[in-house]
Amino acid sequence: MELLIFYPIAGLCVALALGVILNTSPVGSAMCLIGMMLGLAGIFVLQQAHFIAVLQIIIYAGAIMVLFMFVIMLLNLKQTAGTDWVARNNNLFITILTSALALGILYKIVDVTFSADLNSPAELPDTFGTVATVGESLFTDFVLPFEVASLLLLAAMIGAVVLAKPKLD
Amino acid sequence: MFEGTVPLEHYLTLSAVLFVIGIVGVLVRRNVIVVFMSIEIMLNAVNISLIAFDHYLNLSNGQIFSFMVMCVAAAEVSVGLAIIIALHRNKPTVNLDEFNLLKW
Repeated sequence: MELLIFYPIAGLCVALALGVILNTSPVGSAMCLIGMMLGLAGIFVLQQAHFIAVLQIIIYAGAIMVLFMFVIMLLNLKQTAGTDWVARNNNLFITILTSALALGILYKIVDVTFSADLNSPAELPDTFGTVATVGESLFTDFVLPFEVASLLLLAAMIGAVVLAKPKLD
Repeated sequence: MFEGTVPLEHYLTLSAVLFVIGIVGVLVRRNVIVVFMSIEIMLNAVNISLIAFDHYLNLSNGQIFSFMVMCVAAAEVSVGLAIIIALHRNKPTVNLDEFNLLKW
């Protein structure tokens, strides 16, 4: 039954992600991205991570995408057909180097994945993924990263204000 | 055929597919905003993996990590969009190829 829910949502997410990179207008891309974020919230609910699913909708589909739309409208972006999807002149040496690097990483990932024992899932308690469970872990084991995250957000806020200001006086 | 829970591999495959779509977007698109959105796709793909392993191993560490990823994404988007606005003020374009002032 879960698979019956998973496949349509996953297909929708992949289709919308393709829509983001194939769309010629930035507003269309942003709309596809909002749909993908909502689909991913569904995936998180399927994995019983309810808290993260709610955060996904509030932060990504709400706050971040509103910011994107705001900037797209502010810059008054026109459709950029023609200038997009241009193949650039490439450097053969760098191409070979990065390909070798990517192949090496891919080989290692496949190697580790196939040698892992993936057939012993743990028993899930009813409290998995609730706000209480995640919050308890957040405020006991991960209290220092939590505080650092607040500092990071403060720094980002100040940085954004300083950058977007026309003239500093 | 559709019985039982979703296996871990399905989530990891979805995560990998979305990540690759994000990489392709960053590499081939030239519009700054779309490149930014592709980065968001990649961050989300990583979140799927983290939560899939969490669900599989019955831990809550992965959920904390994806929480941190969301924090970093929010910070990154606010600063990045501010940079885009500042760039646009100096040079009215969003084509990445035209921003080559710092290129070696």
